[in-house]
Amino acid sequence: MTELCSVIRCGVICEADYTGSRIEHADVCGTGMKGGDMKYIIKKLTTTAATVLIVSFLVFLAFSVIPGDPALSRLGTQATPEALSALREEMGLNRPLIVRYGDWLISFVRGDMGESYSYHMPVQSMILEKIPITLTLTVMSFLMMALISVPLGIYCAKHRDQFADRFIYTLNQVIMAVPPFFMGLLITWLFGLIFRLFTPGGYISYTKSVSGFLYYLIFPAVAIALPKCAMTAKLLRTSLLDEMKKDYVRTAYSRGNHTNGVLYRHVLKNALIPVVTFMGMALGDMLAGSIIVEQVFKIPGLGRILLTSISNRDYPVVQAVIVLIAAWVIAINCLVDIIYKIVDPRIEE
Amino acid sequence: MKQKMLKNILSVVVLAALTIALGGCAGGKAGDGSSLDSGIVIGIPQDIEDSLDPHEAVAAGTKEVLFNMYEGLLKPDSEGNLNPALAGEYSISEDGKTYTFKLREGVLFHDGTAVTAGDVKYSIEKCADAGNGDALNLAAAFSNIKELNTPDDKTVEIVLKEKDTDFLSYMTVAVIPEANKEPRTDPIGTGPYKFVSRSPQESIVMEKFEQYWGEPAHIQNVTFKISPVDTAVMDLEGGSIDMYARISSAQAAQLGDNFNIEEGTMNLVQAMYLNHDCEYFRDKRVRQALCYGIDEQGILDLTSEGKGTVIGSSMFPAFGKYYMDELKDTYPRDVERAKELLAEAGYPDGFSFTVKVPSNYQPHIDTAQVLAEQLKEIGVTADIELIEWDSWLSDVYTDRNYEATVVGVDAASLTARALLERFDSEAGNNFINYKNAEYDAAFESAVNTTDDGEQTKFYKECEKILAEDAANVYIQDMASFVALNKRYAGYEFYPLYVQDVAKLYILE
Repeated sequence: MTELCSVIRCGVICEADYTGSRIEHADVCGTGMKGGDMKYIIKKLTTTAATVLIVSFLVFLAFSVIPGDPALSRLGTQATPEALSALREEMGLNRPLIVRYGDWLISFVRGDMGESYSYHMPVQSMILEKIPITLTLTVMSFLMMALISVPLGIYCAKHRDQFADRFIYTLNQVIMAVPPFFMGLLITWLFGLIFRLFTPGGYISYTKSVSGFLYYLIFPAVAIALPKCAMTAKLLRTSLLDEMKKDYVRTAYSRGNHTNGVLYRHVLKNALIPVVTFMGMALGDMLAGSIIVEQVFKIPGLGRILLTSISNRDYPVVQAVIVLIAAWVIAINCLVDIIYKIVDPRIEE
Repeated sequence: MKQKMLKNILSVVVLAALTIALGGCAGGKAGDGSSLDSGIVIGIPQDIEDSLDPHEAVAAGTKEVLFNMYEGLLKPDSEGNLNPALAGEYSISEDGKTYTFKLREGVLFHDGTAVTAGDVKYSIEKCADAGNGDALNLAAAFSNIKELNTPDDKTVEIVLKEKDTDFLSYMTVAVIPEANKEPRTDPIGTGPYKFVSRSPQESIVMEKFEQYWGEPAHIQNVTFKISPVDTAVMDLEGGSIDMYARISSAQAAQLGDNFNIEEGTMNLVQAMYLNHDCEYFRDKRVRQALCYGIDEQGILDLTSEGKGTVIGSSMFPAFGKYYMDELKDTYPRDVERAKELLAEAGYPDGFSFTVKVPSNYQPHIDTAQVLAEQLKEIGVTADIELIEWDSWLSDVYTDRNYEATVVGVDAASLTARALLERFDSEAGNNFINYKNAEYDAAFESAVNTTDDGEQTKFYKECEKILAEDAANVYIQDMASFVALNKRYAGYEFYPLYVQDVAKLYILE
């Protein structure tokens, strides 16, 4: 632990010469982490709660501002004034906004997300059924991004300004500019209709066949991952090249290391720091990306539920899904912070 | 230590990637042609978002699915007749006020219990109670019921306050078991198919009900898959769905040899509905000018390759008895006459107004666009404003805050009344604010008469008044195209908004 800590810290390799100072630093590093942990967690939890509170209230507010009414939405053209008012009463829509919000909040804290207006089922069970779909899609895209972009970035940095690098660089620029939903359409057309690798719209539920489910998700995952992949690769390449210019690299070379040795043992770890930040942001973004790409590939996940619930004015569902997404983004931010500290203890809390 | 951890993480990642890749290979096989063994997959444009409880179902898209699970004492057929269903026989008293239904022997609910007179009573009373919030407009019709008796377990006797010639058509209302406390999530009916499961925004699954009293269904499993209409062609060609109703003529043309295209009518009145409280449309001459200004066949030619039926009033051909074909010629296209009428009305240079069109339904948008172009020729500018369906319901339909709108209006039941009722000055759903004493009188006579011939005459008079008064700019009953994979056959069009899956069968 301590060994790595200091090595990464300054990127210097002369362990033997600085034993004393290294131990000293390691101590600071150790105690600092422990004492700060509690504070850090408490602070994060408070901000999380506050953010969720604000987000959920904004959703409530937004629904009271936009036109449309869930009772009318359910009754449609059959609505009569009597039926409408009775249904509004049943749904509890006649009470003031702040009372409705308070009620929702209290039940939410108790773990009850209410019942969907459209589906008459508990929001929890609805969301629990859909989370695996969207989460698998997001995680799959993330893995693809990480597995493709890191080797690609390293390759480009190593072969800087050669043909392959130039080519990938140009391709990256193009891919970066393509939004996920359009990428989704392209992939559907290319792999679905031309190569017939999958059936467009032929989503298979995970309850029916896990392998079929995962296979179908590969294509939307590519659509989400590709643009992010291009960005990450480019970022890593730049970051690696910047690092390579630093003094410790010269020292490393002078100690007889080969390019690969310098790159993988010393430079890469330092160069990854900005990339980790970006990947963290990308993971949050990917959830949003999956919501859109779900529409293109007709995957009945959280995104589909969210969009239809918005147009049906199904508040309980919209509320729960948005809070969930907010929590997801916040959780990822926390995770990124923690990873920072592991990778680079110099980073202040 | 950390390097070890990194290695662990890396191996997990690689493992996961491998699982995905291997899963992919297996999935490729599983994904192909699986629709045959799992039964027919029918694409529907939207999920059931009102309720699985038939008495709360209001959306046409919901009713067409639930038709397969629920039945009433009587059941409509594809010809528009009402046939005995749960009631094996029925009789109507001389004065037309007492209806006696004898329940068919051996009819079972999907949970295996027998249908009793008590269940019928429960179902009718549930709909009659407007106060339970979600009841349909049936509440109004059932307010005419004086008493509902069940002399024995198999007999239902209904006594009306006033004679109502349309009453039998309301007896198609679904009968559900009184014992079921959760009809919204655990639907139980008597239909040829029973509910298996649903997954929001994904699918609704049904299977053949083996103990069905009538002619059994042919296909074992049915999945209604939620699949937007704009990608229907891709889904049909790709094989993820076998049938899709109400696709456009352009989509029908794109489909390859694997599909049969059935052509029928939508059974709705597509028109540019005018708000009679708007200052322009209060004037009959302006409304007439608009009617003279448009060329219905031209709209059909441009939007659906000429398919569809031009109509001239609030009635469509499926109602053979009431439909008057000649009304479509009330206002043939006549640009000069239209301009004259506008000048007389005080708009020699025309005027401009806004047409609100629901954005979720392309055929109405297409119609509005052609219509707007045609109206330019008479100097009238129609600005199209696309609005979300929910906003349409609240702004246009409920608050009547609009100038004109292009939509299709369908019939909730097999009665002329269902289409004409809303134009009565006092009707709660008179969203065009139509007020015409002559019309009110004709409609009232139609409702109150006890003679079927007389009633038809009065309803026809209503239609005629709507046409001549240019109440709305009537356009068409749209053509409906159903794509059905050639493995299946037996599709039947109904004068109602239903998909009768029990009639479909697999070709060997």
